[in-house]
Amino acid sequence: MLELEDVHFYYGRIHALQGVSLKVPAGRVVCLIGSNGAGKSTTLMAVSGVHAIARGAVRFEGRPIHGLPPDQIVRLGISQVPEGRRIFPLLTVLENLEMGAYLRRDAGEVERDLDQVYSLFPVLHERRRQRGGTLSGGEQQMLAIGRALMARPRLLLLDEPSLGLAPMLVEAIFGALGRIREQGTGIFLVEQNAHVALGFADWVYVMETGRIVMDGPPEELRRSPAVREAYLGE
Amino acid sequence: MLTQQLVNGIVVGSVYALIALGYTLVYGILQLINFAHGEIYMMGAYVGIAVLGVLAAMGLTQQSLALSILLVFLVPMVYCAAYGVTLERVAYRPLRQAPRLSPLISAIGMSIFLQNYVQVAQGARDKAFPNLLSLGSFEVMGAHVSGLQVFILAAALAMMAGLQLFIHRTRLGRAMRATAQDRTMAALVGVDVNRVIAVTFAIGSVLAAVAGVMVGMYYGLVNHYIGFVAGIKAFTAAVLGGIGNVTGALVGGFLLALLESFWAGYVSAVYKDVFAFLVLVVVLIFRPEGILGGSTEVDRA
Repeated sequence: MLELEDVHFYYGRIHALQGVSLKVPAGRVVCLIGSNGAGKSTTLMAVSGVHAIARGAVRFEGRPIHGLPPDQIVRLGISQVPEGRRIFPLLTVLENLEMGAYLRRDAGEVERDLDQVYSLFPVLHERRRQRGGTLSGGEQQMLAIGRALMARPRLLLLDEPSLGLAPMLVEAIFGALGRIREQGTGIFLVEQNAHVALGFADWVYVMETGRIVMDGPPEELRRSPAVREAYLGE
Repeated sequence: MLTQQLVNGIVVGSVYALIALGYTLVYGILQLINFAHGEIYMMGAYVGIAVLGVLAAMGLTQQSLALSILLVFLVPMVYCAAYGVTLERVAYRPLRQAPRLSPLISAIGMSIFLQNYVQVAQGARDKAFPNLLSLGSFEVMGAHVSGLQVFILAAALAMMAGLQLFIHRTRLGRAMRATAQDRTMAALVGVDVNRVIAVTFAIGSVLAAVAGVMVGMYYGLVNHYIGFVAGIKAFTAAVLGGIGNVTGALVGGFLLALLESFWAGYVSAVYKDVFAFLVLVVVLIFRPEGILGGSTEVDRA
């Protein structure tokens, strides 16, 4: 479904992505773990078209998408829940969700997806007239996921959805992500919290300083001494 | 005297507010002071004169006053919108990733360029804005109010109401607010940010064109330099209200014009402009975020 091949990206003179190759098969959950500054968020921004890559290819369903502007990439079916949630703080919760469906013209279906998001996260329905900036961290994370779902994506990119949340909220968020996965939506997840990631993913990539250094199914990575030491704190 | 200054202030204030909206909308989205905005306003007045000339030659001003008035506003609106969009495309978009000072210098450059371009094309002398509307006048509580003043205020209020509706009730307006709050995130939900920015410049320019035609009608004289003073006044108004804030631009526009009008009436008419800039300096020193400031979002309306 999504394929990165030898992707290079520079922040000015910093070589942030140094030949990243990975695959996210349709309907699967693939997780990218790695420490701070390894290039995980940069990878997602390159997929979304916010960063123009210097070399390599990003393909979605076989079609090259690098070089397309972000709005075109959303149109193809890739939505991102970015790092830090990036809720529109002065728009209401409902307006934030409507922004997620910005490119859609099928008003009736949008209405149905809105109900779906509300049933996934009932608190958003309660707070629908409140400004996005007034929500708590966990609620903002739910809103960010809901907003991305409103585009009805076939692939969901998630950047650290567990960051800064209490364990109970992390559980709630991943419970919801599980239901999204069941509906056949592919998920490409970036996580620092390797415990959560290994429990949720079908396949895991490990990133260090702009390179993929290891990949495999979660059980296999859990057995790797390097991963245990670096990411599971054992 | 008091009511007279009040009336004058409100009329001039509606013009300041219309121009100030253009500054604030662009600032809200790009954090850029579009110093060439005053020139767009000036060109609106010139296009108005040209349209009037053509209409008079065709004899249309005699036949249909309503249609003439419509065209005197509509043509400059379209013309200035095209100029505003081109301005962004040529002078600002290539500098989108550059340090903030670069587009600012580019804006000042475009301002000087447009001013000189109009001077060369239209001549340096004042141009008369033909009198189209003879609406008479009346007395209100001892103040002299002309029909034209009422017309200007009504037209300005209609434009402001239209803008509010656009920002708050339309899909594109919502996209504009979202883009002002987080440009990258707006792109990530599928907003064509370049298009939203172009629309923002178009709207600001349309409002400036209307203001230009109004001022032409009001004072009857136009020159290539009017954009400079009006631009700085409107910028002052935008800063006074809180730059980036739509309601602030309206409040700032009316407030500055009223202060100025009272100053001219009771203290010194000669030092009117000096007083306006004194207000700018005082605001920048003591309350740089403006009356309604604290946020740079188009949304705080």
